[in-house]
Amino acid sequence: MSFVIKRKPLSLMEKLYLPEIARGLSTTFRKLWEKPVTLEYPEQRPTIPEGYRGVPTLVKDPEGREKCVSCQLCEFVCPPKAIRITPGSIPEDSDYAHVEKAPQEFDIDMLRCIYCGMCQEVCPEEAIWLQNQFSMSGYTREEMVNNKEKLYELGGTLPDEHFKWKKKKEAAERSGGHH
Amino acid sequence: MELNPIIVKFVYAAIVVVVIMTLCAYAVLAERKISSWIQGRVGPNRTALPIIGGVPVLGPFLTRLGIFQPLPDGLKFLFKEDVVPAHVNKFYFIMAPILSLVPALTTVAVVPFGQFVTEAGEVIPLVLANVNVGLLFLFAISSLGVYGVVLAGWSSNSKYPFLGGIRASAQMISYELAMGVAVLPVLLWVNAPGKEGTMNLFDIAQAQNGFWFAMWMPLSAIIFLVCLFAETNRLPFDMAESETELVSGFHTEYSSFKFGLFFVGEYAHMIIGSCVFTLLFLGGWNPLPFLTLEILGMDKGILGAALSVGIFLGKMCAMMFLFMWVRWTLPRFRYDQVMRLGWSILLPLSIANLIAYAVIIFYLDTAL
Repeated sequence: MSFVIKRKPLSLMEKLYLPEIARGLSTTFRKLWEKPVTLEYPEQRPTIPEGYRGVPTLVKDPEGREKCVSCQLCEFVCPPKAIRITPGSIPEDSDYAHVEKAPQEFDIDMLRCIYCGMCQEVCPEEAIWLQNQFSMSGYTREEMVNNKEKLYELGGTLPDEHFKWKKKKEAAERSGGHH
Repeated sequence: MELNPIIVKFVYAAIVVVVIMTLCAYAVLAERKISSWIQGRVGPNRTALPIIGGVPVLGPFLTRLGIFQPLPDGLKFLFKEDVVPAHVNKFYFIMAPILSLVPALTTVAVVPFGQFVTEAGEVIPLVLANVNVGLLFLFAISSLGVYGVVLAGWSSNSKYPFLGGIRASAQMISYELAMGVAVLPVLLWVNAPGKEGTMNLFDIAQAQNGFWFAMWMPLSAIIFLVCLFAETNRLPFDMAESETELVSGFHTEYSSFKFGLFFVGEYAHMIIGSCVFTLLFLGGWNPLPFLTLEILGMDKGILGAALSVGIFLGKMCAMMFLFMWVRWTLPRFRYDQVMRLGWSILLPLSIANLIAYAVIIFYLDTAL
């Protein structure tokens, strides 16, 4: 369906053109005094909306336990293959020996990462989160690979709703073996 | 104090050139700032010089205003790679930017910037060459500026600059006529019978101690102003450049310092245009209509001279602001609209205006 937009014939004042220019000038003159809308970036930062997908990070639970159990699901799902995990085991004498596994190495190549958030979606432990940081920069390719230490530094601690492994351990202790 | 007049002229010439070039540099800054303010942006606000920028309150304030910006802007033109494409006509390609700047700087010679009144009451114009044909000289030389544009467009030997050059020349021819005819009433009035005939810009400015010409010849002033926009290739008559359709028109193939010369040339033309409009229609260095420095009693000596120059430059800066203000308000005309406006509206209007004022001035002369 097509619309025909009717153009009104110009009035005499509009045909004279100069009054219309004056009108335009007065508009821009008012704009001259308005506050600029510029966000002066390095000093002023934008407010990050809820659910923003920034740089992927690893997080710890409120007890300070690293949540990743190196199941490598994120490594498999990652479309650009940016994640590389070397699994390792948790020593017998640790408080968290029942968790059994933790990553020995955890590298995310930020030159490959496409910020899709699939790693966060697939993680059964809620250990990998795309948080608020939106700019990554470095001078070399090596610098742009976030290792495990860097990832925990970026991630910090997030609140935990489940304490999955703690509950598992308690249940195991109560019923002796199975749950 | 006896000074060799030639040395005085040299010193004055040096001062004028330095002032004009500085004004050009700061006109570029003003353009950037005004455009950003109109568009709700901040504009250049980062460049700081080491020592002045470090002064507690003043430094950050000046930095925020972008006062130091023209220096890196200029240096950038100097240090960038100067590309001369293989397909250009080298001789004219190099000559074009020079040809566009030189006329603009040459016309400065006949533009008076103020007056110096000695204790004896003798009025000396502050001008490099106080020639009687001032206005004629100015029109003749400033029109030569278009050769730079046309040559640049032609010698670049590629499509977009060529179109830009053609448009510029057509526009220049169309508007030069209306411009010349529009000032004739002013000259008729200044050269009324019984007065000494003159086309001297200083005398024209001095003749406006009562009404300014913009007040009793508004149509002339408007036509002249519109033509001035066209002559300086400013928006809405940005035919030569038309960056939305012709990449950047006549200087598409230019880079580095050659582009810088075009850029400075454009602003120099604007400054001279503003000066001429101020002299012809806005009363030169008279602070207000019917109020001259002489009536205020502040016209004598160095102070009076400084005051007259200050008022003149103030009016000129207001005109520059108008140029920029209009640029960031109006879109560009289509090419055919420019031609129609020039030939079928402004030219007949300016001729009718001339005839009307000729009759009025004749009547006033015979009646009074």
